[in-house]
Order: sequence, then structure tokens, then C-alpha cells
Amino acid sequence: MKILMSWLNDYGDFGDPTSEADVASLSDALTSLGLEVDSIEQVGETVDGVVTARIVRLESHPDAAKVQRVFVDAGDGVERHVWCGADNISADDIVPLATLGTTMPNGMTIERRGILGIDSEGMLCSAQELGLGEDHSGIRLLPADTPLGLPYGDALGITPDVLFDVDVTRNRPDCWGYVGIARDVAAKLGVEFRPPVPVFAPTGDARSAPVEILAGDRCARFTSTVISGVVVGESAPWLQRRLTAAGMRPINNVVDVSNYVMLELNQPNHAYDLDTLGGGGFRVRMAADGEHLVTLDGEDRTFSAQDLLICDANDIPIGVGGVMGGLDSEISNSTTTVALEMAWFALVGIGQTVTRTGMRSEASQRFERGVDPYGMPTAIARFADLLAETCPDLVIHDGMVDARSDDLMPEERSVQVRIGNVNRIIGSDLAADDLPGLLDPIGYTVSGTGDTRTVVLPTWRLDSTAEIDVIEEIARHHGYDKLGSSVPKPAGHGGLSVHQQRRRQVRQVLLGLGVTEAMPNPFLAPDTLERAGLATEAIRITNPLVSDESVLRTSLRPGLLRSIAFNESHRRVRASLFEIGHVYPPAEGDLPGEFEQLTVVLAGAEAPAAMAVWRELTASLGGGARIDQSKVPAGLHATRSATLQAGKDPLGAVGEVAPDVLASFGVSERVAILEVDLDQFLAREPKPSQWKSTSRYPSSDLDLSFVAADDVPAEKVEKAVRQGAGKFLVDLDLFDNYRDPARPGTRALGYRIRLQAPDRSLTDADVSEVRRGIQSAAAKLGVDLRS
Amino acid sequence: MISDIISARDAALAHIAEATSPDEVAAMTTRYAGKKGELAGLKKQLGQLESIDDKKAAGAAINEAMAAVDSALAERRDAVATAALSARVESERLDLTEYVAKPTRGHAHLVTQAWERLEDVFVGMGFRVAEGPEIETDWHNFEALNMPIGHPARGEWDTLFVDHVPPGGQAGTTVLRTHTSPVQIRTMLSQAPPIHIIAPGRVFRRDTPDSTHMPVFHQIEGLVVDRDISMADLAGTIDAFTKAFFGQEWNSRLRPSYFPFTEPSAEFDIQRPDGSWIELGGCGMVHPDVLAAGGIDPEEWSGFAFGFGIDRMAIMRHGVADIREMFTDDLRFTEQFS
Repeated sequence: MKILMSWLNDYGDFGDPTSEADVASLSDALTSLGLEVDSIEQVGETVDGVVTARIVRLESHPDAAKVQRVFVDAGDGVERHVWCGADNISADDIVPLATLGTTMPNGMTIERRGILGIDSEGMLCSAQELGLGEDHSGIRLLPADTPLGLPYGDALGITPDVLFDVDVTRNRPDCWGYVGIARDVAAKLGVEFRPPVPVFAPTGDARSAPVEILAGDRCARFTSTVISGVVVGESAPWLQRRLTAAGMRPINNVVDVSNYVMLELNQPNHAYDLDTLGGGGFRVRMAADGEHLVTLDGEDRTFSAQDLLICDANDIPIGVGGVMGGLDSEISNSTTTVALEMAWFALVGIGQTVTRTGMRSEASQRFERGVDPYGMPTAIARFADLLAETCPDLVIHDGMVDARSDDLMPEERSVQVRIGNVNRIIGSDLAADDLPGLLDPIGYTVSGTGDTRTVVLPTWRLDSTAEIDVIEEIARHHGYDKLGSSVPKPAGHGGLSVHQQRRRQVRQVLLGLGVTEAMPNPFLAPDTLERAGLATEAIRITNPLVSDESVLRTSLRPGLLRSIAFNESHRRVRASLFEIGHVYPPAEGDLPGEFEQLTVVLAGAEAPAAMAVWRELTASLGGGARIDQSKVPAGLHATRSATLQAGKDPLGAVGEVAPDVLASFGVSERVAILEVDLDQFLAREPKPSQWKSTSRYPSSDLDLSFVAADDVPAEKVEKAVRQGAGKFLVDLDLFDNYRDPARPGTRALGYRIRLQAPDRSLTDADVSEVRRGIQSAAAKLGVDLRS
Repeated sequence: MISDIISARDAALAHIAEATSPDEVAAMTTRYAGKKGELAGLKKQLGQLESIDDKKAAGAAINEAMAAVDSALAERRDAVATAALSARVESERLDLTEYVAKPTRGHAHLVTQAWERLEDVFVGMGFRVAEGPEIETDWHNFEALNMPIGHPARGEWDTLFVDHVPPGGQAGTTVLRTHTSPVQIRTMLSQAPPIHIIAPGRVFRRDTPDSTHMPVFHQIEGLVVDRDISMADLAGTIDAFTKAFFGQEWNSRLRPSYFPFTEPSAEFDIQRPDGSWIELGGCGMVHPDVLAAGGIDPEEWSGFAFGFGIDRMAIMRHGVADIREMFTDDLRFTEQFS
């Protein structure tokens, strides 16, 4: 909401707009009330050297087609000559003249300049050139009675002013009008609040524009007032200036007054030409599906049965209730009698129509937040007062129609406020007797005695319905800065859960292994999962920003592959990345099967590198899984990948990404990959390792090499070695896997086996026995010692 | 005899002085000082002397010679060892600025770094860390937070909806959570007061990315529910956090604002030591309707909640001009930070 300080001063003395201190104090007061000042703009600066002048005569020049010679009188009796390209001027018009030496807002200085050898002694100015608005279609014409030679700012009543841009929160419907803001800030600053007191009363004979409300749940009150003696013309300059400052274009006196009343009193309203209003009355009803209307903004809009229409008495739509009028019912220059609509519409319905149709207006945003359902009489009189300034013969007719539905909320709503509860919630030390002083000035009327008081809620604060709402008002006007500061004692102790601690540990292990954390977009394009070789069932966003980000990931893999491709494209090969994040596979239930996943991708590395990461993780965090190469996870390299199997459940996958998947992501390196269901992995917290004594006796090493067929997993050979070695085994290390070209289909696996006894030195006989044991265990697998 | 002893001693001493390696010293030790060494041989010949005086004199000479040889050997052994060590050390000289193998270490994401620092500060203040799902029910994300269906404030959340339909439920009631506040509800429903939790997490809005906004970003939220918790406790907690996280010279303030799930509501600003203010987040007293939705009697208990962005903490700390940079996974970006 844009607030012009001089305008706000109509309702209280808030200080001098040219005083920095006054501006700062008003700004601070607004912010301290929750009316955050987003910006403060100096306005009403005028251009020195531009004065009022009368056009004496105009002459065209035979050699100049686009400009004419204008002779002006700036009140000093000297006739000045200027060249001018505008065609909206004629003799005796009063215009702004920029005299020689004037520096215009765009930086140009007016100099004596010749066209066809004839000098120009100044420049006539458009509104835009003077910073008075957007209009550059012609010279800014001034009222005919304007004295000559005056600075144009004086002639137009322009004075230096300040424009506040106030961020009005949703709980302050009243602050969409000047009066609401003034009431709040006057109470805060202890300044007398002077709301407008309109005096205009019905005097004319009874004339009515009847109203029929057929949708009472959406329109609880609709008043219509017949006003005659209207002469459509321009508004007074002061009113035009204020509207312009508020960002509204002056149109004519009727529309301008309508807008002014809305800005001042937060009562949107609409004036219809009664002579063209079909049947001379109104019907308020829901639209029929597909019914349409060309609205004021020139759009032909189609409505549904959830939209509210204002129709004339012949049931022809003339406006969208609370949002926008129809194009055909606009006030015209020949209008003399208007039917003035002031109504109250239900908040939610307006919001839905706005959302559905995309129509937004100054009126709809006010109705959507809540307008005073009892503000109409004041607003009608104010409308008449202001219009009478330009229409001396204005008459309000008796017979105002005030149609109400059962849904109109009662004028008096009250809540009980307990001072003990006030102090409990806001931590203050207020007495019940402090309440009237804090609340009465903002229209919350306190009555009663004792610790519980009755507070009547203002009709303009529809957001206020309960005790807590009043407590907030008390806190605001008491001052948030006066509430004190204390730190509550926690009942227990703080800390991370075991799960959270172990998650951090996973991250530390990976960082230590040189893997960098990534955080790619969790939203995928519709074809991404398929390109990754993954199942395509996924949760989809029904209202995505772009369709390329409309699928929720079921795996971290695609995002990380994209990140590798991105880095490769910047000549950063061998990227090692991991991500810990949620994936969202579809599932039956209240929510999808969301869980936390860990994925590690190692570009330029082969599957064993991923196995090494997995071993480090299990070594650090405990747990483990069977490496089941018979189950190749989707999208991974068929002969270099395995499912991590923990009991019956798959815990993840390890191996390499399939070459065709890499190609479809534009990745040119091999990519080793490890995927782990972190929810499962972190949940399996191992018992603390128990101490085993270390032997003081010397150990013996036994190096054995086995020839194993390719289809015998090393894991099984290792298991056999362990079994065969028995109780003396303390360490086992696969140090060699040699593929002899002379023995295709096999490879040699070399193990270093360290043996030790807890209570004595081992003898050669002990070692020989271990060797025989291992040999026979291996033989059962069909694996022999290499000769 | 004595002259034999003296000449043997002198020959040994001269030879020992020439030793240049530990091996040579070892060989000479055997040759001159060993049990079968030259002086030991002479000693065996003592018995052949006839006169007691000659025996005594020769014995004394041999003992003196053996002592001299032992001492010379020890001295030479030390000298040779020292020289060998120096030679080795000298031969192993390296230029340490000529490193070859680059140490590789991973880099934690900036958001994670900020997230963990925040967690650590709040844990130190006695908070526990709660988490919740990123896909939420409309009820947890809006309705329980005092935004019933049709509530106008819902429009301000720019919600992304997903096509999941709960059994017996309706389409359009499953959302990507727009804030971490549903975790408040889940915590209250699963745990009796007193409650002291923070809830960091990923949230989503239908926002076009620009230098300060991402549709996917991270928030941290705090919730305290206990008997007689007041706005003074909220102000004090915010201030304690401000000082712990940013520094003792930093201050904080609350000013009125509006959120549907708190009342009274406030924005909280923090003040740099130079006096300038930064808007940080939103907070307020938990609305009685929200406590009730969480199964907590608002007449018996009261509470406050606060929340702010994690990503912004990372950006502020490292001077990142464009938030989008943090989510490209560009190693040239990531590796700038430890």
C-alpha cells in the first residue's frame, strides 16, 4: 500500500514531509506496528525555471511540417517565441514553459536553439517531461484561470512529499485504507486521530435501484444509492494528484471519487449509469457455467457456476462481484444519474474467482482480505461529499436500498480477555486496567471490571475473532520491544539422534575418501528415469514450473550422472560425488514411499573402487550385506554390478553404471557406483565391538595362491580359507588376482594369511596343518593351490 | 714381551683410526678385542714368562693395551655411526615445495556445512533435532497449521502439488512441503510436552529460480512447548542464538508480522556490530489452534516457533552472489570451500 504522507496528515498530525526526523519517526512507528515500510520515496520535487505561460498565437512555417511557431506570454509582458511539435495546443491555453537555462529531469538544459534560422527561447512541456506522469501525448494543459509566470508546481499545488510503500500483512485488512493506517499509527504515537466525518445527507425525493440477492452466502450485503445531478468531468487537481501518487490513473470525477473512497476508507464501490442500467436495478447471482462478460480491462471472460455476477434487473451481467465491472456499464460523459453500489462479498469466494480467472483488481484484493461490512453509510456520504466538489447540484436520493443476507455477520462481536492469559502469552506484567488505554484507540472497546474484560471487536477487523487476536493487538501497542527477554530451561538435554550422528559419520567417511558432496535438482524430466534404465513409475508434480522438472526422483542416480556430465563438459574428469537425500518412489498409503538414500558415483573408476567405498563405510559404521551378483540392479553394468542384500531385503547396489545409460547422459568416463538405502543402513546400529586380547607371541605368515574358475566368487574362496585356517587366523588379505592367458576361464587368487596363537609360538607343524586345512576346504569348492 | 704388546697395541690403534664404516669397526673389534684376538693371544702367552715381576709388568701392559684398544674402538664406532647417519640424511634431501601427489579430500556441500553449524548451536542450547517427510499431506502442511481449505494465506505459499492420492482420499491433497512447519505437528502428535526441537529440512515452492530464490531450498525451524512459555522466552532464545551463531556483538529484535500458525507473530531481525539490520526469519507464539491440532491443550501449555533459511546462512558466510551456483555441483565452485 502506497501512503502519501501529506494525505495521511488529513487524519492526524504525523509531521512535516520535508523533515527527515518526522519522516523517520513515522516510518519507525509503522514498522513497530507490523506495517513494514519497504521503501520511502521523495515525491513532489518540481523543476526550477518552468513557469506558467499563456499562448498568444500560433503560426505555421512553410518549410517546417512537424513543428509550429508558438508565441507565449509568461506574465512579464515579453512575448517569447518557441518551436513546438505538439498539436494539442491553441491560443489562450495556459501551459508550462521551461525558460532558458532550465535543467530538465532527464538532464537536458534548455538553450537558445534555432530551427530554420529562427531561435527558440524555451520549451513547452508535457506531463512526462515534468515528471508528472506517463503522458507524453501533448503539452500538459493547465486550468484556464492559472496566473501567469508562476512556478508550475505552485500552480498545480505540487509540494514536496514522501511516499511510503507499506507492506500490509494479511491480518490487517483495515490497512488497505488510509484511515486504517492512520488509526493504528495515531494510537501508537499518541496523536489525535481525525477520520473523515462526511456530512452529505439524502435530500432528494425517493428513488431506488432495487437489489435482489440470490447468492446470500457470497454477497451478504449490497447497498444501492441513487445520486443525481452528476456532471462528468475532470476531478480537482489535488484529488488527481493523490490518485496518481497511489498509482491510479485519473479518469473522470465519478470514477476518481470512487477510487478515492476505496483508498481512504477501504470500501471498494462501483457507480453505474442509472439511465443505462437495465431494469434500473441489480440482481446478484452465481454465474451459469460458460456465461461470459467483457470486463473493464477489455477481456472477454468466461465464468463458471462458482463465480458471482452482478446483473442488471433484466439479469444481464454487468460486473463480476467484488472483482471488476463490465465494460458496457462504464460511466460515460453524458451520465447524469448514478446508482452507487457498495457491497460486502465473502472472502473465500472472491479468492477462488481470482485464482480461477486470474483477474485481479484493487477491489478484489481488498474484499479477499476483508472489508468492513458496516462501513457503507460513511463511505456513501463521503462519496457524495467529494463528488459535490465538482458537481454543485448533486443530490442523494432517499430510498437507499440495503439488501442483506442471513450470512451477514453481526455488527457486535465480542470476546473475553483474561489479563492472566495476556501476561502468560506475551510475558508482560500488565494490569487489566491497562487494557482500555491500549485497545480503545484502535477501536477494540473494552468494558467490564476485574481480571476478565469484555472486548468488542471492530467491524473493520474481520481477522479478529478470538482472545488470542486481541492479545496480539495488546502486544503490538504495548510494544514488542518492551516484552523482555529470557531463555527457557530445556527439560531434557539436547543432541543428535543416533541416526543423525551416524549420517554425519557416513558423510565424514566419504569426505575422507575424497568424495565431494553434491546437491542436484530432485526434479527430473519425464524421460530421465527411462534414460537412466530405471523403472518409470514415479510421483509427478501436477503444477510444475516447467515440464522438464515435473517428475520426482526415485533414485539419486540421474541427478549425479548429470552432475558428472556437467563437470566433464568443463574438463573436470574423474569427479567423485556423493549425495545424501530423499527419493520418492510411489507407494500405496497416506504418503508415497519416501526414504533417504546415499549414492556415490566415481567417474573414471571401475566397480572395485565402489566396493572399496562400501567396505570403508561398513568398516566404520558396522553392518554389511551380501554381494549378490546374480541380481543385477536396473541400469547398472550387467557383468560388473551386484545387489547389496541384507537378509531378505535389498539394501542397495554396487558396481558400474551401464554403458548405454552413460551414453544417454553424455558421460564419457566409466562410472563406479554405490547406492545404499540409508534409512535401513543407519538403523542397524551395531553393538559396540568387544575387546579381544592381542597375542604376545610371534606370528607366522602363509602366502597361498589358488586357481579358481571365473564363476567361483572370491568371496567363497575367502570363506573357505577362513574355515580351513581355523583358530590361528588373525588376518587375511587378497594381495593378487592374476589372470594367466594360458589358463583361460580361471584366475589366480593370492592370499596372505597371518597366523598366531594366543599362548605360544607356532611350530612348523602347526603351520603345515593349517595349510592342509585350507587346501582341503578350498578343494571342496573345486579350487586348487596354484602349483 | 712388553715391546710386543706395545707394538701390537700401536698397530691396532693405528689400524682402528683408519676404519671408515661400521662393518670395518666390527671386523677390527673381533680382530683386536675379541677372545681370539691378537691381544688375547698375547695374554695367553703370559704364562710362559718365568719371573713374577715380568708377569705383572706384562699383565699390566696388556690390560692397559686392551683398555686403550676398547676405548679407541668405541670412539671409532661412534664416529663412524655419526658420519654414516649424516651421510644418509644428506643423501635423502627433498624439496618439499616440489610436491607431486595431490592430497584428495572431499568437500561437504555449503548447505550441509551451514546446516550442521546451526544444528550444533541449537544442540548446545538444549534442542533435539526432528525430521519429517518432504512430501506431505495437505493436513500437515496447511490445515493443522491453521490454514483450513480455502484459507487465503495458502496462496502465498506457491505450493507444488503431486499426483499421489491417499487411500480413500482426494487428488490434490498431497503436496511438496512448503515449509518445515509440518514437523512441528508431527512432533507434537508423537511427543508430550515439554518439547524443545529444531527441524532442519528441504522445502519446495513454485518459484522461478533467480539469484536469491530456488524452488528447492532449505529451512530450519524451532519449536518450544512448555508451561508458561512466553514471547519473552522467544525473544531471549532468538537473541541467545544470534549471539551464539553470529557473535557476541550481534543483537536481535522482534517486530510484529503475520503468519497463520503463530499469534502474536513477529519477524526477527539481527543487527551486525556496525549497527545495520538484516531480516532473518519469522517467529511467534504457537497459535492455540495449532497446539490443539497437535493434541496439546493451549490452556495448559504455550509455546513459540521460529524459522529461517539455511541456504541464506551459507550465502552470507561465503559471499555467494547467486544462490543457483550452490546447486550446479560444479567442482570449480565446490572446491573453493573447505
